[in-house]
Amino acid sequence: MSLFEIENLVVEFQTAAGPFRAVDGVSMKVNAGEVLAIVGESGSGKSVSMLAAMGLLPWTAKVTADTLRFNGIDLLGLSPSDRRKIVGKDIAMIFQEPIASLNPCFTVGFQIEEVLRIHLGLDKKARRARAIELFDLVGIPNPAERLGHFPHQMSGGQCQRVMIAIALSCNPKLLIADEPTTALDVTIQKQILDLLMRLQAEHGMGLIIITHNMGVVAETADRVIVQYKGRKIEEADVLSLFESPKSEYTRALLSALPDNATGDRLPTIAEFLSDDQIFAGAVR
Amino acid sequence: MTHVLEARNLTRDYHIPGSLFKKARTVHAVKGVSFSVDQGKTLAIVGESGCGKSTLARIVTMIDPATSGEMLIDGAKVDIAKERLTPEMRQKVQIVFQNPYGTLNPRKKIGEILTEPLIINTSMKADDRRDKAMAMLKKVGLEEKHYGRYPHMFSGGQRQRVAIARALMLNPRLLVLDEPVSALDLSVQAQVLNLLADLQDEYQLTYVFISHDLSVVRYIADDVMVMYYGEAVEYGSREEVFSDPKHNYTRTLFAATPRADVDSIKARLARKNAA
Repeated sequence: MSLFEIENLVVEFQTAAGPFRAVDGVSMKVNAGEVLAIVGESGSGKSVSMLAAMGLLPWTAKVTADTLRFNGIDLLGLSPSDRRKIVGKDIAMIFQEPIASLNPCFTVGFQIEEVLRIHLGLDKKARRARAIELFDLVGIPNPAERLGHFPHQMSGGQCQRVMIAIALSCNPKLLIADEPTTALDVTIQKQILDLLMRLQAEHGMGLIIITHNMGVVAETADRVIVQYKGRKIEEADVLSLFESPKSEYTRALLSALPDNATGDRLPTIAEFLSDDQIFAGAVR
Repeated sequence: MTHVLEARNLTRDYHIPGSLFKKARTVHAVKGVSFSVDQGKTLAIVGESGCGKSTLARIVTMIDPATSGEMLIDGAKVDIAKERLTPEMRQKVQIVFQNPYGTLNPRKKIGEILTEPLIINTSMKADDRRDKAMAMLKKVGLEEKHYGRYPHMFSGGQRQRVAIARALMLNPRLLVLDEPVSALDLSVQAQVLNLLADLQDEYQLTYVFISHDLSVVRYIADDVMVMYYGEAVEYGSREEVFSDPKHNYTRTLFAATPRADVDSIKARLARKNAA
């Protein structure tokens, strides 16, 4: 049985111009200890599908799915309060902008201890010890002193480490990383990716990495899902995706990489693919 | 032949005033950087955040003065600390910023955004300004109907096209591009890079291209300068820098850049299976 299973997920938003379908029938499975990458451009519904699975979308969103199961528990049938006991504890998420996702009014120590208090019910002393341990784990120097700092006193890379520490605080079975390195420099990106991969291997977590960077996919993933406009275009293991992409869209995406540029111009997707051609190869 | 842009030993210090509890201190953001760019060529400046590359962009664009050193544009010495910038000088250098969502005034229509530089720097008539803006819209791959629209009605890639169009309205010699594609999707990034290449061919534009994405730099640059803590640690032609990096930091940078080719994936999977 898979750790995390989504079948035929549909997310619709009510807008002034009628319902807008952000995710259109996406299915996926993640096993324990597996790294799945979801790739797509902005607006392809990759973040929304994960937010929907975690129940973090506002009430204006209509979420339906045939199956939405985590570790044998049906997430659709849970009451919000029961769901909150799982989300943040067994399923954790790292968001895109580390500086914007931390609360600027509280110290990072307070924010990590809050998670430990609510989900694990640790006492004050145990919380502090665990927080220091976690900061040490993600490679923040002087953890005891850093706990008393506010987010604005730390760099982007440090804030992202704090976010990872918070996500890992309850030893999650599944970690969802939404563009974990987009806002960071390449050298910091390398450190964060190495850290994520090391922790994933050590804890045997399932890991979903959402990204639009093909380089990040190549460096981390076991399996890849390519999404476009809310639909799944292709699913393959990482080597065959890069070696012999099946859909036209993936091929176009890969040839748009400046690494693969031949001649003076980069091929662009809009120039030779219409939506119909892209969806012709779509899988369910 | 004179260089379009030549910098000799540019430095820039920022003074942070002290308070009751803190001593005043000086940050050396740029420490003696020299380079030159010829017409129709692209110089890429690479480095991580805080290495002084944006400060350098501000000096080159004549927004901030340099603390010391000389800057020559088309062979003419420029020092905005001493003399006022003339409209002729202002027209020579334009800049495109990183975030197309933050650099277009949300309360102005695209037409107003495009014609504003002409109002400030030239004495062109309203009809001519409008014609020029319309022509420029088409040049960057937008349509005339976009003239009366507001920035929020555009996607990120389209907005970056508007920002490029605005920078080109004054027919500059030199365009400073401060991370112009890092906020864009891969396929849109390819479109904008193609547009920049086309415009460079057509107008013989000179680019100073600031980026931290080495794959983009390798694609677009003629010369590359790597900056680290305000110093240029590596400067040479693209082939030299990419084939034989001399400085340790450049090598670190290359090693950190994710590779998306099949061989490196195979190597990684092999390592993983062995572990």
